[in-house]
Amino acid sequence: MSDRPHPLLIVVAALVYLFLMLPLVIVVGAALSDTTYLTFPPQGLSLRWFENIFEISAFRRTIVTSLQIAFMGTLLALLIGIPAAYALNRFRVELPKWLGTLFVLPILVPEIVFGFALLKSFAVGTGVPIFGALLIGHTLLVLPYVVRVISASLASFDFSIEEAAISLGSAPVKTFFTIVLPNVRAGVIAAFILAFITSLNDVSVSLFLTGPGISTLPIQILAHVEQFFDPTVASVSVLLMFLTVAVMAVVERTLGLTFLAK
Amino acid sequence: MTQPLDLQAVSAHYGTTKVLEDLSLSVQAGELVSLLGASGCGKTTTLRLIAGFLSPTTGSIQLGGRDLTRLPTHRRDIGLVFQNYALFPHLSVLDNVAFGLKQRGLGASERRKRAMAMLERVGLAALADRAPGALSGGQKQRVALARALVIEPPLLMFDEPLSNLDAKLRVDMRVEIRQLQRSNGTTSVYVTHDQEEAFSISDRVAIMNAGRLMQFDRPEVLYRRPANTFVARFVGFENIIPLKVIARDGDMVTAETAGLTLRLSQAAYGAIPDSFLLATRPDGLMVSTDPAAEGLPAQLGLRTYLGRAYQYQCETQAGHLVANGSLTTPLEAGTGVKLVPMPEQCTILASEGAR
Repeated sequence: MSDRPHPLLIVVAALVYLFLMLPLVIVVGAALSDTTYLTFPPQGLSLRWFENIFEISAFRRTIVTSLQIAFMGTLLALLIGIPAAYALNRFRVELPKWLGTLFVLPILVPEIVFGFALLKSFAVGTGVPIFGALLIGHTLLVLPYVVRVISASLASFDFSIEEAAISLGSAPVKTFFTIVLPNVRAGVIAAFILAFITSLNDVSVSLFLTGPGISTLPIQILAHVEQFFDPTVASVSVLLMFLTVAVMAVVERTLGLTFLAK
Repeated sequence: MTQPLDLQAVSAHYGTTKVLEDLSLSVQAGELVSLLGASGCGKTTTLRLIAGFLSPTTGSIQLGGRDLTRLPTHRRDIGLVFQNYALFPHLSVLDNVAFGLKQRGLGASERRKRAMAMLERVGLAALADRAPGALSGGQKQRVALARALVIEPPLLMFDEPLSNLDAKLRVDMRVEIRQLQRSNGTTSVYVTHDQEEAFSISDRVAIMNAGRLMQFDRPEVLYRRPANTFVARFVGFENIIPLKVIARDGDMVTAETAGLTLRLSQAAYGAIPDSFLLATRPDGLMVSTDPAAEGLPAQLGLRTYLGRAYQYQCETQAGHLVANGSLTTPLEAGTGVKLVPMPEQCTILASEGAR
């Protein structure tokens, strides 16, 4: 056996990459077009559709709202999800099995149904402000990812390490922060990224929970496409892509992404 | 520094299942006591109760006059060594050892000094800055030992500390553990399922089964004078023969089993009750080809070579027995022999009812 990969393998791998990347290349191309309609290949090169994003106040507002919701929702989900994942793993034997399933339910239910349920149950008639409803909706939406990813991290954590620390005189709560958390740090960061991106991209839940004056970027993109056919949509998409790449790059530089592959 | 440990009538439950029943155990100051038994016997439960990871349903746990029963683990001041080492993966070897000192509020330089001195004692000073992941199993367990010892606990506990090491290293490490424990004089509780390990390093051994203490004594006594059939079988008394006295003639007793009779001397065996069990290892039944010998008639079966003796599977009217014969005269399967009990290697147990 040689270490050199089979030529056919290289061809297949290249095709897969092409298949994955091509739509993105088309979107980037369309965003750079000078025309007033979406087209590919781009005709003329211009950044004016990027400028246009910031000239439309609805885009400006929804970008801010989306980032706020994604950031706060993810933090809230971590605040609930980390202790939940810890308890589910630490007391796996003592706790009933269905309790773990409970935290995955929002993924199992079709998102559109989940969004509708949230609308019916508390967005309508309870007086919860729209921003609050969105925040709660997104927190619940990303909570399963947080619990799953951190549980996976904790599953390989040996809890006798925690017991060792406690036996050496470290109080249980302190031990959680000084011993448990540093050892599942990779899981927490992975959960953060996954939750943040999921929230940023969500349409189905937001669709039901947005209301007068408050919307998220994906919903605004939808609304824009319904009325206009200019390349702004493409340039917003490119912006979102770069935002995601930027987040990944920061993580890569600070921690290395290898942990995601674990 | 070293203190006695006292468990008084401790019971514990997992849910509604009773896992430990009315356990009383006193460990003297400076003593090393092993809890020995198969998995599920309650030995680990006992250790976790003493450590405070579990709460007893009833009973009390005292360490040097301090009542631990309701004290949280982190205030118990007990050094613990785990089976899987349980080192902190994100801290260096030195920081692992210094962790307990930090919890006790010692300054950085003092922590470093004491941790280094302790690493010196276990021979790992050169690896102080390594990450635990870079160490071998034996080195990890030394770090774990140093980490538990450096806080100078009044009680040290080991939970199957050598199970993950290979056989040679196990023997070396247990000697090392015993030497460290001796020189520190720290009261110690050692949990293991390995009889040789327990017997070799313990002052006393508590043999447990199904949540109960079966016998608690020095290894020498357990090995030669088991108190009941469970302990007898556990320490290798493979032959347990139920007998009933049919005649007494001064010192001599005639006992019967399945139509066979044995004459036994009370001077050799001690007082013999009317109904009893004669328990012995294969070494305690001498294979004799002399038809006039005072023993149980048997037919030899499979012969195996043990190095120090031949071992025979024997069939008798009283059932299957295992006996050892001399190396000089190997006997063939089917040979009719007498199995003669050797008093100094046998023990008389009280009958425990029908099995």
